[in-house]
Amino acid sequence: MINVPSTWQEFTEGLWERNPVFVMVLGMCPTLAVTVSAINSISMGLATTFVLAASCWLVSMLRHLIPKEVRIASYIGIIATFVTVVDYAIQAISLELYEALGAYIQLIVANCLVLGRAEAHAAKTSPMPATLNALGMGLGFTLGLTMIGGVREILGSGTFLGLSLFGPNFQPWVVMVLPPGGFFVMGGWLLLFAIVRARRARATAREVSHGA
Amino acid sequence: MGRESLGQILVTSILSGNFVLAMFLGMCPFLGVTHSVSLAFPLGLATTFVIVISSLCAYALNIVLSQLHLEFLRLICYIVVIASAVQLVEMIVKKYSPALFRALGIYLPLITTNCAVLGVALFQTARDYDFAQSLTFATGGGVGFTIALVLLASVRERVNLSNVPGVLSGTAMTLMLAGILSLAFMGFAGIGG
Repeated sequence: MINVPSTWQEFTEGLWERNPVFVMVLGMCPTLAVTVSAINSISMGLATTFVLAASCWLVSMLRHLIPKEVRIASYIGIIATFVTVVDYAIQAISLELYEALGAYIQLIVANCLVLGRAEAHAAKTSPMPATLNALGMGLGFTLGLTMIGGVREILGSGTFLGLSLFGPNFQPWVVMVLPPGGFFVMGGWLLLFAIVRARRARATAREVSHGA
Repeated sequence: MGRESLGQILVTSILSGNFVLAMFLGMCPFLGVTHSVSLAFPLGLATTFVIVISSLCAYALNIVLSQLHLEFLRLICYIVVIASAVQLVEMIVKKYSPALFRALGIYLPLITTNCAVLGVALFQTARDYDFAQSLTFATGGGVGFTIALVLLASVRERVNLSNVPGVLSGTAMTLMLAGILSLAFMGFAGIGG
């Protein structure tokens, strides 16, 4: 019998609780480099999700066949294959998107998130939960990317998904679409989460002391 | 294509097109190993070495693959070459400086998944650099990477001694510092064309 709650947990773990971008801080290069607009972030996130899910599935299928000594090299080979697939697929679907993302699609190979999940999770679990977990992680990564990309696009160009938000008088914060903006927005989100967490911890502490 | 002169490529890749602060390549070691200068500097040097070696190999590989019309294998070949170069560096460091080997720990093999290394190989292919240009680009990129690492490490060493608000400590603070550094490096824009 399939244990439904645990399968569901496998999937949701990566979405928020252990979000790859904000909690594990993995795969920072694409996170900061391509998030100048929401649409770029979403497509990059989905591409990574596909690579992550497909390679975790294959790694998990082959986990008894791959000798321990050459496992990292084999994983990299598997990942590179799927990245090549994604690279050519995006080139075929939308040349405009391909130019916008540039070399960063191929750089998914060097994304620590993919190799990290293959090594830490997929190599130890059966294909079904491994793929689900990878899907969740990938979607969590997409969410994180979109949260950064959305803020950068809104502040940096005054648009969201290409729609103008503030009318013609808006003076865009150019720095947000330039490299420093990536660092600042990412740092800002982390700061916000830390404040919320500190508030919550203080509230629980107060409840506990009142109860006692 | 010989439009960009070697000097231009060198200056651009070190300063205005700094790999870490302008192109976001190699973020993991940038955020992970920069708590002390004594660790950041050797890691920067090791990475520079790997970057240069893999850039040369990638240049040779690209010629062979283009002749055989096997461009779709490029990515896989590059990553294998990089993994071997990292293995080589690992053996050298282990042999000549076991203390450093232990200090760098997991970050040494992780150079394989450093975007900067693969990034150099991919960018030089995309920009059609010839041999001398690739070599300059790789060296400049490595030096720029080392500079960025050492700069952030020294700033973080100072910040450790000061009183940072609790919510801002950790990764958030590092990212803010990196943002300010990146802002400073934007001032170099225009130098070297």
